[in-house]
Order: sequence, then C-alpha cells, then structure tokens
Amino acid sequence: MNNQLQPDSEARRLQAIEIAEQVPDPELPFLTLGDLGIVRGARITKSQIVLSLSPTYSGCPAVQVIEEMVSAALSGAGIDAQIERVLSPPWCSDWITERGRERLLANGIAAPVSGSAAKPALFENVMVCCPACKSDNTELLSDFGSTPCKAQYRCLSCLEPFDYFKCV
Amino acid sequence: MNPSVTEKPVAHAASTSSTALFNVLLQIADDHLILGHRVSELCGHAPMLEEDLSIPNMALDLLGQARLLYSYAAEVENQGRDEDDLAYLRADREYLNCLLVEKPNADFAHTMLKQFYFASFMKLYWPEIQQAGEPRLSAIAAKASQEIAYHVRHTSQWVIRLGDGTEESARRMAEAVGILHPYTQELFEVDENRQTGIDQGWLADPASIKQPWLDAITAVFKSAALSVPDVPFGQSGGRQGMHTEDFGHLLTELQYLQRAYPGSEW
Repeated sequence: MNNQLQPDSEARRLQAIEIAEQVPDPELPFLTLGDLGIVRGARITKSQIVLSLSPTYSGCPAVQVIEEMVSAALSGAGIDAQIERVLSPPWCSDWITERGRERLLANGIAAPVSGSAAKPALFENVMVCCPACKSDNTELLSDFGSTPCKAQYRCLSCLEPFDYFKCV
Repeated sequence: MNPSVTEKPVAHAASTSSTALFNVLLQIADDHLILGHRVSELCGHAPMLEEDLSIPNMALDLLGQARLLYSYAAEVENQGRDEDDLAYLRADREYLNCLLVEKPNADFAHTMLKQFYFASFMKLYWPEIQQAGEPRLSAIAAKASQEIAYHVRHTSQWVIRLGDGTEESARRMAEAVGILHPYTQELFEVDENRQTGIDQGWLADPASIKQPWLDAITAVFKSAALSVPDVPFGQSGGRQGMHTEDFGHLLTELQYLQRAYPGSEW
C-alpha cells in the first residue's frame, strides 16, 4: 500500500511546486513566482502539503496577496496546502531566474546587478543599462520607486526615465 | 493575518529567559513601529515626487520589520495576544521604544537626520544580532539588514545635501543635530532585559558598535560640513516606558482605528 501512496504524494508535492511557480506576481504580472525565485519548496506532513514562500521585502504589501493567490491556485487543482512564510536564508535578487531577468528587461525594467557585483552595488553607484536604448549613460533618481523592490533611474542618452529592480 | 498562513516555528534555545526575550523583542519592534509611523506621517507631503515614494517605502520596511518582531514576541509571550494587540492596544507606558524615534518630524532636516541616526545604528546592530544566533531573531536580522542599507544610503545623501547646502538648509540641519544628538545615546543603553540576553548569549551588546557608529556618523557629517557635538549626557527613559510629551499625541493617531473599531483587520 505504501508503495502506491508514496509515489503519488511525491507527485502531488512536485505538482504543488509547479503550480505555485506558475502564479503571476501581482505587481509585476509578466513575472511568475518561479521567475522571482520566491517558491522555496514543499513538504508533506501527515495531512497536507506545506508550501514555502519567501517575501522579497519584509514590508511588501504584495506578500499576503501572493499567499492568497497561491492558496487559490492550489485549491483549484484540488491540493489542500498550507502556506508557510520562510525568512531564512533571506530571498535575494540573485534568485531571480535568467528568464525572469529577460522578462524584466522586455517590460522596461532594468534587471538587478547580479553575482559578485551585487554586494558593492548596495553601497556604491552601479552601472545600470537603459532598458530602452541599452546605453549605460544613466543616473540614479531615487533609491526608492513604485514598489519596495525598485529604484528610479533616468537614461542620459535617450532621456527616458525607467525602473531598476534593486539588488538586495 | 491570513489564518491559513503560519510563520515557520523555530524553537529558541532552552536557556533563553522568555520574559527578557519578549521585552527585547518589544523594544526593537516598538523602535521600528514608532519610527515607521512618524515617517508615514509624511506620505503625500514630501517636497517632490521621488521623495514622496521614498518616504512611504522606508516606512513600509520599518513596519514590515516591526510586524515580524511583534509576531514573534506574541508567540514568546504565549498569552493569547497577537501582533495587532501588541502594536495597537498597549498603554503609553507599555511601549518600550527609544525616545529618538518618537521625536516629531518638525522639518525635513529633523526627519532625515532622525532616520539617518537610527538606520546607521541598525545597519551595524542587525548583523551583530544575526551573529548572536537566536534562530528567529537571526532570520529577521538577515532580512532587515538587506533593507536598512538603502535607508542609510538615502538619508546620508540628504544629510549631506542639506548640511552642505544653502545657508538656510545648513542652519536647519545644524539645529536638528543639536536637538537630536542627545537622544542617540539611548540606542546603546543596556537595560536588565538586554543584559540577560547578552549574558545568555542570544543578544549582541549594542555598546560594541558605538565606535563604528560614531565613525560612520562622523564620515557623513564631514561631507555635510557638520560637526559631531560632544554631548556629556543623553536623554533616555523610553526602554522603561517613560516617554516625551509628543508620544501621547502620536499614539492617539496610531491607535485610533483599533480603538474606534475594535478587532478590525485588513
């Protein structure tokens, strides 16, 4: 009996992750939660699946909406899951996938400086490319933008203001 | 909070004295809630659009960090109170924030300097708290460290711009330094609750970051053509619930909704 149940619940667990990763971000609907890298995994308890998500910023108003959207998507697929908020290790902008970075750029938002450049980028001015004309002659207007995760920049070549997805 | 959402439970060390932990969590949470509230008073009133986005974003970070701390404090207390009860339904003397964060916004120099002092302190203190290793507090510290770095950068730029700006802005910034600097000493105070945490190893001693904090402040003040005042005494009392007159007025507004519509939730 166990032999039949085990693979089935494992399949459900993987399905839960897949469904959660397809849910769009409410503020940046062209990105999925999978693109953002905030789906941390799922585990099976006695009675249900516990799906883990990480907030991008601790005060981000979208956190609760995201959790409700994931719950609804899972219920829609007949999966009774509990959502767990995981803080540690903290989400960082390096977890945005390559596809996520491409989607950001395609929607006029400069992707965060990643990898080894990310740490000094918190403290020094970094080179941010204009998503419209690709010029690197840009300037920071403000470290804070329309959502907690974005800063405002302006391109000095094409004069277009644009959002930059901050690195944390 | 959504009832189907649970914070991941992390058992804290058995040696932790829960009363001391509860009080330390409240102190840090109250610092963030009260400063967050002060900053949010300026939402829609900033001098330009970019700043009008920056100010509520910083308030949002502070409130988010406060919420994480209150949720944990409520679990540690285990008396049936939740994060909202702690944030909105205590009497003035039960709030344990330092006095600095409750000081009125006054003008833009006061607002930015207050935020700069506090953010520069937390930027150094969060990593120490993370290092101390109390599991849940450590996780909150790791998240908050990422966010506070932007507050320091933003507010230092304003301190420099105003301090080294026009005659009027320099005068106002120097005046803000004179008024607010005596309130910074309280950030480094260790009351009996913090002492318990330090002795038991789950809390870092804020005194250990006093010099690095002073160095960071001095560096920015130097670019801002401001001098660090030598203050022989500090204003304190917040950690014991003794607040300034301004605090009662702040609390009236902060608690209005919960008092008028008890139990209301988002």
